Amino acid sequence: MIRIENLTRIYDRTPVVNDVSLTVGAGQIAALVGTSGSGKTTLLRMINRLVEPTSGRIWIGETDAATIAPHLLRRRIGYAIQGHGLFPHRTVGQNIATVPRLLGWSAPEIAARVEELLHLFQLDPAQFRDRMPHELSGGQQQRVGVARALAARPEVLLMDEPFGALDPVIRARAQGDLREIQRRLGTTLVIVTHDMEEAVTLGDRIAVMDKGRLLQYGPPAEILTRPATDFVQALIGTGERPFRLLSLTRVADIREDGTCDGPAVSPESSLRDALAACLWHGRDCLPVEGGGIVTLTALRARAEGARAEAMATAGEGAQSKAPQTGGAAQ
Amino acid sequence: MIARLMVLAMAVFLVAFLVTPESFAGLFRPLTRNNAPAIYTQTGLLSLTLSHLWLVALAVTASTVTAVGLGVLVTRPAGREFLPLARTVTSVGQTFPPVAVLALAVPAMGFGAGPTLVALFLYGLLPIFENTLTALSTLPPSVVEAARGMGLTRRQQLWQVELPLALPVILAGVRLSTVISLATATIGSTVAARTLGEVIIAGLLSANTAFVVQGGLIVGLIAILIYEGFQLAEKAAARRIGLAPQH
Repeated sequence: MIRIENLTRIYDRTPVVNDVSLTVGAGQIAALVGTSGSGKTTLLRMINRLVEPTSGRIWIGETDAATIAPHLLRRRIGYAIQGHGLFPHRTVGQNIATVPRLLGWSAPEIAARVEELLHLFQLDPAQFRDRMPHELSGGQQQRVGVARALAARPEVLLMDEPFGALDPVIRARAQGDLREIQRRLGTTLVIVTHDMEEAVTLGDRIAVMDKGRLLQYGPPAEILTRPATDFVQALIGTGERPFRLLSLTRVADIREDGTCDGPAVSPESSLRDALAACLWHGRDCLPVEGGGIVTLTALRARAEGARAEAMATAGEGAQSKAPQTGGAAQ
Repeated sequence: MIARLMVLAMAVFLVAFLVTPESFAGLFRPLTRNNAPAIYTQTGLLSLTLSHLWLVALAVTASTVTAVGLGVLVTRPAGREFLPLARTVTSVGQTFPPVAVLALAVPAMGFGAGPTLVALFLYGLLPIFENTLTALSTLPPSVVEAARGMGLTRRQQLWQVELPLALPVILAGVRLSTVISLATATIGSTVAARTLGEVIIAGLLSANTAFVVQGGLIVGLIAILIYEGFQLAEKAAARRIGLAPQH
């Protein structure tokens, strides 16, 4: 869990982060969204004290971050950034081993952990452990960057635009993988992004920032249906709103009995994808893999009803999202 | 490939000449007049060469330690204010003529290797310092950020990340200093340092072109070989950190 209390950072008498308070529950994902210069990256970098707060407090679990030496604090917190920041003169294995080595783990422990993480990120250890970063593709480098951030089993992971340098196809897969791994490990995750799409896809909660202030902090459905200010509304994009709402729900949740022709959609894909597939193939319904169908009528009802439902359940958390398994590992 | 062979041929020639200079007497005879000796024999060429190299190695090592140290100092937050001072010191070291350094140092240190060492040391600072500075201030920002974010201490960042990544560029600076020092060291013989300058000066004093040429030839060949050697090391270091070879 991360608790931020009245955090302020002032540069040259201008507050870059201005009196921000928010709490990220254990095992949850908080997405910090905003335009460049909104203070979202500064806020993130204050959590592991790469930037020292001018005032305010940060609690990591039960620990006041200000009471630990910065480098010791950072070894407890995973950190992954845009452009991965892998050490180019060290192998993939050595990169991943960075923090465990700093913490003085034994060599067999480190080797086992590297092996485990490479498997987790679908990189064959025999093939990748001794490669140099420049020998990997962009997507592989990014995965090694996240693996390195998770190496010492941090309870908290900070990510600054980790997928910014990836092309759209690889990015979508990387986001899916990250979510799955985060759920499995129960890591509390704070991710900075300028992409509302990414925030809605990943976030249990979204924090919208502008000019150093926290404008709104809540579950995606609430941000989408009840934007607190015009700025939040503009950031969502009114034209995108119904699709983003649909993207919050899985096909499995509105599956009906019956049969239908056409290409099958995965029960794990979002309603948005199902809608797109229906429109593209010109069908009123599509079969769902593993039985059942999804109908255009149901999708439409969902899009219309999502608004009302979201408003009713707003504030209770991201219920319509995939069930949470996190928290147990905390 | 041809370049490699040429370098190899130079190395073979140099070794052969240093070990048995007399067997090359025929080569230099046309440059002599009045039956003057073709090969310098006052002191062994091999021993002069070794002493010349030793002097250069000492001076360049001292320059490297000092210049890299200064470069590291002024790129730390606490040492940033020393940057102008360090720039001035190293620039003056380079612009002040080595001959003048010798003239000033001899009264203080006496004749021998000392004044030459000082002159070479000062002369070699600038290229190494400037390259260290450039290398350390142009590291990929995301790598430095990641090193901090992982929880490396400042010292660990320097030794484990910054210096290894800066190595190829620093080596290029050391290469320049070494080559400059190899040539400059010859003037040390004017104040009784044992260098290959002795051969050249003897040639000038006795109007024996053969001596001048063989002194210059040995220095030139060594410079080329060392230059090549450093380039190999730089390329290896650059390859290690995933950079394409620079040449």
